[in-house]
Amino acid sequence: MAKIVIEGVRKSFGGFTALDGIDLEIRSGEFLVVVGPSGCGKSTLLDLLGGLSRPTGGRILLDGKPVTGPGLDRGIVFQQYALLPWRTAQGNVEFGLEATGVPRRQRGARAREFLDLVGLSGFEDRHPHELSGGMRQRVAIARALAYDPDVLLMDEPFAALDAQTRESLQDELRRIWQSTGKTVVFITHGIEEAVYLGQRVAVMTSRPGRIKEVVPVSFGECDALLGEALRSSPEFARFRHEIWTLLHDEVARARQLEKEAVAA
Amino acid sequence: MTTGTDITAMAAAGVRTPAPRAGTVPESVPRDLSGNGTGNGDEFGTGSETEAGSGSGSGSGNESGSVATAAPEAGAPGRGAAAALKAVRALKAVFVRTVAVLALIALWEVAPRAGLVDATFLPPISEVAVAWWELAGDGQLAEHTQASLTRSLGGFGIAVVVAVPLGLLIGWYRPVAKVLGPLLEVFRNTAALALLPVFVLLLGIGETSKVSIVVYACVWPILLNTISAVGNADPTLVRLARSMDLSTPRLFQKVILPASVPAVFTGVRLAGAVSILVLVAAEMIGAKAGLGYLVNASQFNFAIPQMYAGIITISAIGVAFNQLLVTVERRLSLWRVPASS
Ligand SMILES: Nc1ncnc2c1ncn2[C@@H]1O[C@H](COP(=O)(O)OP(=O)(O)OP(=O)(O)O)[C@@H](O)[C@H]1O
Ligand SMILES: [Mg+2]
Repeated sequence: MAKIVIEGVRKSFGGFTALDGIDLEIRSGEFLVVVGPSGCGKSTLLDLLGGLSRPTGGRILLDGKPVTGPGLDRGIVFQQYALLPWRTAQGNVEFGLEATGVPRRQRGARAREFLDLVGLSGFEDRHPHELSGGMRQRVAIARALAYDPDVLLMDEPFAALDAQTRESLQDELRRIWQSTGKTVVFITHGIEEAVYLGQRVAVMTSRPGRIKEVVPVSFGECDALLGEALRSSPEFARFRHEIWTLLHDEVARARQLEKEAVAA
Repeated sequence: MTTGTDITAMAAAGVRTPAPRAGTVPESVPRDLSGNGTGNGDEFGTGSETEAGSGSGSGSGNESGSVATAAPEAGAPGRGAAAALKAVRALKAVFVRTVAVLALIALWEVAPRAGLVDATFLPPISEVAVAWWELAGDGQLAEHTQASLTRSLGGFGIAVVVAVPLGLLIGWYRPVAKVLGPLLEVFRNTAALALLPVFVLLLGIGETSKVSIVVYACVWPILLNTISAVGNADPTLVRLARSMDLSTPRLFQKVILPASVPAVFTGVRLAGAVSILVLVAAEMIGAKAGLGYLVNASQFNFAIPQMYAGIITISAIGVAFNQLLVTVERRLSLWRVPASS
């Protein structure tokens, strides 16, 4: 059953059209990755899904009902971390729990559990400015996971991480997704990341943002593989190349458009 | 939006200009700034056209307190050298922080005695100290100090209680802030003392007009800093709270309020300095007690050492008050990204 249905969604800011004619269905429990050139409207799309802004045209259904605003059934991991600087890592994770009304006594333990999950035990009492960029991002991920939303909306959550941390968190996210059955919409710039994580990869066009193609990713008998074994399989390389080709033209076009915009 | 009192007033009151800050949370790039102001009104957001990153008059005032951190630790055996080094460093810090004041005192003592200045108008500081001691001994100093502190702390307190909630309210309703902005600028830039005759005219020459002028002068820095603090709250954090479906009061309590505390307190600190500045001047004009009166009356009676004793007391109170507020401000702003990094 479709968890999220996006129907002919358009979003413009003043006269500028950021998204146009987006049609997409996301199944319940699906892991969908969105890739696209910078500025194509990925974050804008995520905002719409999160209910933080309304589409200019078209509509978005969640469980069959139109999205009219934000809700705790959707957890957003923002591209800019969005940590409360006056709260510790622990306090930031608890922030989400407070919103959902988890009893005070359980919050501490739950927050620690999820900080541990993202490899941050021992950093509970640090404030964001005492954490590295990657650590901050992990706190934001722990916060979104801790309050247990049905749908996870993640905006380039691993962009600021080093390769090792990124890969281990990718595995962790896959594991969490498999064990919890959450629906995940995951935005990234990384083609490898898209192929590694996504069941389907939606490739977007640049300006205005449209869905160019949705590539189903499946590795047949290799599906059980993890890490390097999967990344080095010929199937993986094939998908990567396919998406790379789709993106390549768009990135080139986006550059061209940007140049023209500057020149104009 | 610019905030804070005007620079000259701050300098006169001995307050350092707060270091400009790029923004509250440098790593967060604000998005979706269009808000509702553009007229399409289709956002769920607060519609705040937040100018994140506009330097508000809010530094944490790094001017003091470095001495305490350099206290020598109880050295374990073998750590003796390190401890000694630390002690030396602590001494050096104390020296750096006091040398200029000590030099001033020395100059004040020497210059009149050496005949560089007229000792009638600037008696050596030792004579001033004696006069101060006498004033303290016969209870006059306590009486005047009490009169002044009651007025300035009273006015300051009223200003805080009035201006902080008002500023939060105005800051939250962006259209209101926009409409009132120019008016507030006018009031802020009207020197409070210029209005003293008006206050006297309306409220008489008694306590009411003195406390009122302190309230008036203190309200603006607090109000303006509070308004801009609310306006400058990181839009990403507001979006985060919105995404969690926080109600507006909760959003205010959990995001806007804590985010505003440092900038609000900077306003409070500026107001603290202003309260003394304005009061002393007011006391010189029509009062029968207070430190401003003491200074003025002493000059009138040609009791020059007493006059200087009064001045020194005023500046000591100013420094102590500011120090206290800086300490509280620092406590409340610990989470702020250090300016250097
Ligand atoms: N609130 C807004 N007002 C005006 N224009 C906006 C607003 N938000 C986004 N845009 C514009 O919409 C386009 C898409 O922005 P968006 O942030 O969604 O891109 P993105 O795909 O997430 O880019 P990146 O990969 O760099 O994060 C951009 O051209 C941006 O300038
Ligand atoms: Mg983005």
